[in-house]
Amino acid sequence: MRLTLGPLQYFWPRETVYAFYREAAQWPLDVIYLGETVCSKRRELRTRDWIELAHELADTGREVVLSSLALLEAESELSALRRLVENGRLRVEANDMSAVQLLRERGLPFVGGPALNVYNHATLRLLQEDGLQRLVLGVEHGRAAIEEWRAHAAPLPELEVAGWGRLPLAYSARCFTARALDLAKDDCGFRCIEHPDGLPLTSRDGTPFLTVNGISVQTAGACDLGPELDELRAAGVDLVRLYPQREGMADIVARFRHALDQAGTLPRHGEENGYWRGTAGMLQVNAP
Amino acid sequence: MRLVCPAGSPPALQAAIDHGADAVYVGFRDQTNARAFPGLNFTEDDLRRGITYAHARGRHVYVALNTYPSPSGLGAWEAAVDRAAGLGVDALICADMGVLDYAMRRHPDLPRHLSVQGSATTHAALRYYRERFGIARAVLPRVLSLQQVERLCEQAVVPIEVFAFGSLCIMVEGRCQLSSYVTGASPNRHGVCSPAKCVRWIEEADGVRSVTLNGRLIDRFEPDEPAGYPTVCKGRYDVRGEVFHALEEPTSLNTLELLPRLQAAGVVALKVEGRQRGQAYVASVTRVWREALDRLARNPQGWQPDPAWQRELARHAEGRQTTLGPYHRSWH
Repeated sequence: MRLTLGPLQYFWPRETVYAFYREAAQWPLDVIYLGETVCSKRRELRTRDWIELAHELADTGREVVLSSLALLEAESELSALRRLVENGRLRVEANDMSAVQLLRERGLPFVGGPALNVYNHATLRLLQEDGLQRLVLGVEHGRAAIEEWRAHAAPLPELEVAGWGRLPLAYSARCFTARALDLAKDDCGFRCIEHPDGLPLTSRDGTPFLTVNGISVQTAGACDLGPELDELRAAGVDLVRLYPQREGMADIVARFRHALDQAGTLPRHGEENGYWRGTAGMLQVNAP
Repeated sequence: MRLVCPAGSPPALQAAIDHGADAVYVGFRDQTNARAFPGLNFTEDDLRRGITYAHARGRHVYVALNTYPSPSGLGAWEAAVDRAAGLGVDALICADMGVLDYAMRRHPDLPRHLSVQGSATTHAALRYYRERFGIARAVLPRVLSLQQVERLCEQAVVPIEVFAFGSLCIMVEGRCQLSSYVTGASPNRHGVCSPAKCVRWIEEADGVRSVTLNGRLIDRFEPDEPAGYPTVCKGRYDVRGEVFHALEEPTSLNTLELLPRLQAAGVVALKVEGRQRGQAYVASVTRVWREALDRLARNPQGWQPDPAWQRELARHAEGRQTTLGPYHRSWH
């Protein structure tokens, strides 16, 4: 299995982003995904900056993919998407059907991102006709889904599964960070920048529950499939994705790299992911 | 603009037709639609009778097959497409590309509408579904502002239907896994959001009621506080030390006052949400919207929303509150 770095889901200062990717360039990763996937108002890096950074990273010989926004609403967002699609060199991870259409119209092969709704082999086949070469599984899908697809579809594209990080669970027109700060979305002051790993949301009994991240809602903790790497291998998963977080990313990459090189597994550091076992995502099946 | 009303049962269908719906949308009694609730929806016989009733009065019936089948489930969705076509429905409302593709190949003359669950929010996405599956209409997710809706209508890739009234999903439809994450019951896969079997009400000694969903605390209510149905998005949570409706308060969408602008934009159909609601809701909401649309047709310049209509609609709104929702920028 190959190791990938998923797109940065948070809003970090420009210099922090550049420093992060300078480091990431040194990490033992096979693929780096980058680009703004959550909110088009996050412009510490503009689309052309992301493209330039992606091209620089690709110059080091690594596979680099540009990830597109999950929820497009405005014409300006489509223009930015068009620039991404027409970057002239790198594949795009399509995170909505607008991206699929722009890529398909240009005959460009692409990666299907986790925000596309791909639930069966018929949909997968249609997207493969459109140019899909790799699919990052949607968060709801686990081992059983892969096995079922394999039984029905031939050939499958490359399959990528999120192995580490907070999973994106929902997208909205509303900005929940702005709401939590009692600000209007149109006048948000770009305050996401103060929350480099999102804003924790807990139940009224104090249980960590979700993470608020701009217009998206994520799991509270990082989901960790390190202990299940054997099962990923057995299911024929081709790539394991790690989502960036503010601290400790180098160690996370190193641990997963080591486990992949040794064909081994990892002790659990993060949360169990119930989805992998075909149950509710939050259920900790193997919890003591 | 056509008025498209919900029916979760034969009496609701009849109520919608009797009170002026141009079309009624329904689902089969299984997981092929996004309101797969116990006791709701139509058997084949129900639907046959419903279509006869509607067609005799010059109205249409649409069937929603708008969930996403797994590979082994796809056959059941395809069979539902065939069943709906055989019964003579006027359109299918679908989200899954595999289902749309099957419907197009097998029943090319039966109009296909892209469901709100298909999450198409731009003219590029609409072009995809138009070119790939020849959709005749698209229902827009409840995330766009009025200006964005107007622009999509201008670009005229495909005729546009929008939500006019009913419960408000705060998340983009088709791309919300909150219920799935907490309960395993997924709107996309199972047509279910926050199923009743996962809900537990716990009354404490002081009269405070707590409500959990699959064991996760969604909210607590004081003895005199009205309590709504506990979906994840409408609970109260703690963010930065403050407890509030961090995602959305229980309100309903009501676009009545936007009617002239929606018409001017070229929206072809208005959808009322609520297949899970009863016959009384369907009758009352349909009647108000019919009257509003008829009065708009008679007097486009001088149209004003009647306060009596708004009072009537507010009666049916969740939490007795209504909002223009995402159509209005300040809501975001």
